[in-house]
Amino acid sequence: MVDVCIIGAGVVGGMIAERLSKYELSLTIVDKGGDVALGATRANSAIVHAGFDAKEGTLKARLNVRGSQMMEETCKRLGVKYKRNGSLVVGFSDEDRETLKELKARGEKNGVTGLELLDREQILKIEKNIGDSVTCALLAKTGAIVCPYELCMAAVGLAMDNGAALKLDFDVVKIEREGEGYRVISGTGESVLAKCVINAAGVHSDDIAALVGDESFTVHARRGEYMLLDKECGRLISHTVFRCPSKMGKGILVSPTVDGNLLLGPTAEDIDDKSDVKTTAEGIAKIRASAAEQVSGVDFGKVITSFTGLRSVGSTGDFIINSPTDNFVNVAGIESPGLTSAPAIAEYVEGMLYDMGITLSEKQSYISERRPTHYFSSLTNEEKNEIIKEHPEYARVICRCELVTEGEIREAIRTNPPPRDIDGVKRRTRATMGRCQGGFCTPSIVEILAEELGIDYEEVTKLGGKSYINIGKTKSGD
Amino acid sequence: MNVDLVIIGGGPAGMAAAVAARKSGLEDILILERDEALGGILRQCIHNGFGLHRFGEELTGPEYAYRYEKEVVDLGIPFLTGTTVVDIDKNRRVTAMSAERGIFTIDAKAIILAMGCRERPKGALNIAGTRPAGIYTAGTAQKFVNMKGYMPGKDVVILGSGDIGLIMARRMTLEGAKVHAVCELMPYSGGLARNIEQCLNDFNIPLKLSHTVVDIKGKDRVTGVVIAKVDENRRPIKETEELIPCDTLLLSCGLIPENELTKKAGITLDRVTGGAVVDGSRECDVEGIFACGNVLHVHDLVDYVSEEAEIAGRAAVKYIRGEKLRTNEIRVDVDGKVRYTVPKLISEAEDTKLYFRVGSVMRDVSVVVREGERVLLKKKKQKLAPAEMETVTLTKEMIESIDSGSISISVE
Repeated sequence: MVDVCIIGAGVVGGMIAERLSKYELSLTIVDKGGDVALGATRANSAIVHAGFDAKEGTLKARLNVRGSQMMEETCKRLGVKYKRNGSLVVGFSDEDRETLKELKARGEKNGVTGLELLDREQILKIEKNIGDSVTCALLAKTGAIVCPYELCMAAVGLAMDNGAALKLDFDVVKIEREGEGYRVISGTGESVLAKCVINAAGVHSDDIAALVGDESFTVHARRGEYMLLDKECGRLISHTVFRCPSKMGKGILVSPTVDGNLLLGPTAEDIDDKSDVKTTAEGIAKIRASAAEQVSGVDFGKVITSFTGLRSVGSTGDFIINSPTDNFVNVAGIESPGLTSAPAIAEYVEGMLYDMGITLSEKQSYISERRPTHYFSSLTNEEKNEIIKEHPEYARVICRCELVTEGEIREAIRTNPPPRDIDGVKRRTRATMGRCQGGFCTPSIVEILAEELGIDYEEVTKLGGKSYINIGKTKSGD
Repeated sequence: MNVDLVIIGGGPAGMAAAVAARKSGLEDILILERDEALGGILRQCIHNGFGLHRFGEELTGPEYAYRYEKEVVDLGIPFLTGTTVVDIDKNRRVTAMSAERGIFTIDAKAIILAMGCRERPKGALNIAGTRPAGIYTAGTAQKFVNMKGYMPGKDVVILGSGDIGLIMARRMTLEGAKVHAVCELMPYSGGLARNIEQCLNDFNIPLKLSHTVVDIKGKDRVTGVVIAKVDENRRPIKETEELIPCDTLLLSCGLIPENELTKKAGITLDRVTGGAVVDGSRECDVEGIFACGNVLHVHDLVDYVSEEAEIAGRAAVKYIRGEKLRTNEIRVDVDGKVRYTVPKLISEAEDTKLYFRVGSVMRDVSVVVREGERVLLKKKKQKLAPAEMETVTLTKEMIESIDSGSISISVE
């Protein structure tokens, strides 16, 4: 029997696992996907929100502000890229100006520091490409950007380095009481017996809660489409530019990413299918129209990819973090600002476990830091050459657009949590993520993956399951 | 390390430039190639049709490449494979990396850029739908089939009628796959007429002009694509939507010169070609840096790549020797029907071939080069098409007669 089973290897489950992994607790993380970070964590706005959006007094507001304060240190410890670039909520009318004033007041009540209302002249001083019709803005100096799946992978990875087990392709269909604990059972009959279960299953967290008889909430999926632009466009703006919120929600943002691209999106569309991540012509058109108003000079010819994420929206309007039954914790409805709140959610859940009487004694052997995933690319040429001397594969460029070497790809495949498919390698190394989108390097990465995993070339998949890259050999390849 | 002439890229352009430079008497040359062997993209183009203009015979891609590789070797021109250039600057310092040498720098007296081009990826096309496995550029599929010996799919739809897409339609068919259709957004083909004939018509593969893919279906692997006819503004017509079940979508929607290094050196790029702005000798606006082949503008035939690379190779030698004379610069303006010319500037009075492309299909027209009102040259053409690169040659005498600093080229 393990002490804790966490269902869901997204950023919330990952951060909780990492937090708990410093204690003498045995942990198992299960996820229905073929990799970690495949739900809302894979595709969201990648923003550390300052904390002026959430209504004062809510758990969401509290964890947002706390998470925002914790994020920089957390990223540093986990070796994850973080940039405090500040955010601007831009308005186009007097009505918007009033809304921004309200936001500022709310933010201050929530404990957010560094909020400032700016007029157009002041905005232009810090952001010269702001849209022509923007008249006012709320500047939040504590706003930041981070890469959500990188944060999740680092958290799960460090938890694993500290002894946590990760079970992928583990689709929880049944949870049975067994003695003091629970038996968590997958669709294929595999099971994990745990004293305590933490439900961090994202859009599916209501289904998981229902397995222990808790039907007090529901979660639905809100589809958000995004467009990602070439790194050439990453310096168009330095702040994250939000649109003044309206009845239609927070709207579309234009933001640089920590990797230097420009990100546009998301749309917001509530849908029934919790796995529908298609992009639509309408969504793309909506993003274009809004982004062009917020920022001038967005070159839509430089879009390198578009994608869709599903945010999990709970039925209560607030984060749903509770214990409906003994030793079972729900961490559900973690919509925006869920990424920002994740470190604070982990801290909060740790407190809940403590209150439940679970012993939290620190491990002797606890590893508290993780080497940055992209450490190699940030070395000086001299330092790189030291490594290349011993390991020449670090000078063999596989992905030319993002300059990723064979050494980095092989190392990523051997690092917790290990990727098993092309998209997994992409999220860890950025190989195939550049302007050619894997056109040149995919065949080589398939080769490296096959070698490292000890499988045939044609068994390599794009994203697990039956997503085979190749369907067989050619006539002459037989 | 100091080298007189560094050539970035060991494909057809780089090799031809190196050979021309050596034949002009330059000793100190170094070719840097990121792949494990010389030859560039020709290595995976195992079909024939290369070299008709150059050698008067039909060669396969590897055969064409080998002719140049053999010359490079016979002439003793040094080259480094497995070597990726990561930076160049305007002082012609090249930073490269390879397993053998690590990260190293070379100071060059002249540089020839010959990095080739890449295919436009799916992301740039903004096709709605899911993102399963089974969507590849035609060139990626070509690498899987011809270099690795694996089939990326068996039921194929191709979007875009670029030459690689046409070639792959035939190649996949020969390998036992069913190619259901080639959809082309424009009302004319993006590939050469001979490829339409030999790769599609000979295999009864339908070419659907003014059609595009509006949706991609499938979760793990592609299960189908929805195609639709487009109106004159290239907007899909809803009523014409049709689902084609398939497991693969190949994209052949244009090639983009790979000019990331070029930008690092501060070289001005032409918005139409995506390549550097060059003069007749293929020198960029940063002194001592030349460009040729598909990194400069996308060619239809490798024969023209070789021809252009030789110009750059010879000019680089002249530059290194201090013999490159810049007399008055003449700008070549286009009329819109002609989309661009290479070169865009003429700086030396010698016979100069202007390569150009038109923006639409035109029949029974004349290509006219003028200085102001004065007609320098007029050439009748039965047919001009965007997929076919055209040329006109200005003689030394014509160029010497120009004194206003600009000429124009138009189709009428």
